[in-house]
Amino acid sequence: MKEFALIFRLKDISDFKPSPEQMQERMNWLAGVAAQQKLVDKGNTLLPIPGSAKVVKPGGVVTDGPYTEIKEFVSGYVVVKAESIDEAVEIAKANPIFDQVGGNIEVREVLKRD
Amino acid sequence: MTAVLCRHFGLQHIELAEDIASDTFLKASEHWPVHGIPKHPVAWLYTVAKNKLKDYYKHLSVFEQKVKPALLNSEQKAIPEQEWDHRYIEDSFLAMIFAVCNPVNTPESQICLALQILCGFSMEEIARAFLSKPETIKKRLQRARQYLRNDGFNIVALDRTAIQKRLNTVLKTLYLLYNEGYYSVTHDTQIRAELCSEAMRLTLLLTENRLTNTPAANALLALMCYQSSRLPARMNEHNETILFEEQDVRLWDQSLIQRGHYYLIQATEGAEVSKYHLEAGIAYWHTTTDASKWNRILQLYNQLVLLEYSPITVLNRLFAYSKVYGKKMAIEETERLESSENNYYYALLGYLYTDIDNEKAIYHYERAIQLSRSVVEKRTLQRQLVKLRDGNS
Repeated sequence: MKEFALIFRLKDISDFKPSPEQMQERMNWLAGVAAQQKLVDKGNTLLPIPGSAKVVKPGGVVTDGPYTEIKEFVSGYVVVKAESIDEAVEIAKANPIFDQVGGNIEVREVLKRD
Repeated sequence: MTAVLCRHFGLQHIELAEDIASDTFLKASEHWPVHGIPKHPVAWLYTVAKNKLKDYYKHLSVFEQKVKPALLNSEQKAIPEQEWDHRYIEDSFLAMIFAVCNPVNTPESQICLALQILCGFSMEEIARAFLSKPETIKKRLQRARQYLRNDGFNIVALDRTAIQKRLNTVLKTLYLLYNEGYYSVTHDTQIRAELCSEAMRLTLLLTENRLTNTPAANALLALMCYQSSRLPARMNEHNETILFEEQDVRLWDQSLIQRGHYYLIQATEGAEVSKYHLEAGIAYWHTTTDASKWNRILQLYNQLVLLEYSPITVLNRLFAYSKVYGKKMAIEETERLESSENNYYYALLGYLYTDIDNEKAIYHYERAIQLSRSVVEKRTLQRQLVKLRDGNS
């Protein structure tokens, strides 16, 4: 089994706060992955809001949030395990984010640091 | 009484403590019919036990050279009077619970030990509860006692850190003890009810002691109250399990439901959310007729499966899922699981396929019956099967 990080990206900051129904659909998806015993780390949400997000650049330059420069922002991640990247992609496809708000999920194999 | 004596001797000498305890009760059974029951029976028993203990020490000092160091140690600490008061007995019992629920033993062995040492069950009774031979149980108990002795857990020192470290194991054993009664493979209803009530008694004891009265212990007790409230509605006169949906709600014990509410409220102190909190929450929603209840139950199962994976949780979650999203979507979700050779898995698929594809439902129910080890469950599944076949013809 390999491990894959699923990195969630949203387009619009106004989509960041899900409605209770959206939240529940996401939880259903996450619990479904856990039920298949394919969840390694339930991950975390990464707050994009002012005061919670900064970007540090060379020369000690610090800007607010990632959202001023790029259209998409990372909203969170989870780690799953799968036999292949294709299987991990199938897990990602079932995520409700696509129906809910758009955005995308980047699937990346984890190479462990020893 | 064994617990108090063990606290004195140390767990290494549990057989000795048990001997003294049973001698004491023997003496009572000879003495009381002749002289009448003493005014303070408990105090009487403990006085006799104490004298027997003293005799034992005298005896020991003559014969047993090899335990001399232990003996010296014991003689130095004269038996304080307050050892026999109510508080001390409770504390000793609590300490005994902690000693028995020791992770050196498997959960099954811990349950056997708890039944024998804490609940006073005979080997035959334990064997009946587990549907195994008394010989097997005897061996299991002997091995478990050996491990306990070797581990040398000190039951005298019940300090806060030791308690915190062990409490999870204790709660887990009590939880399993309760489940053994609630979902037992035996259909001896009396034994089942006793297992449940013993587990509740021990958990209640935890909530009555300052050191062990944690939110998780309260949540566990709330769960037990809710589950037990449905016990009278769960069996029909033929000893068959009545499925939740077919239960007569009027048979639910409202006073136990109220107790459940009380402990659930106690359990919400602090930020901790244990699996007992989640399960008690699920059991709470089951007692309601709220329109959104299945939605709430599904959410709690979502959390539960994320907190601690277990095949049963997964299947229960899918049942709730079917209540919210319908059977078709639940089938898709179920078939995504790695199929497990498990009667509950097939029973769930049998239920989900009913009215969608009855042929498949029959097939899955048949598999479930083949795999089930429980007489009660086989009968319950058989009933579903008969219904389906009647409907088909």
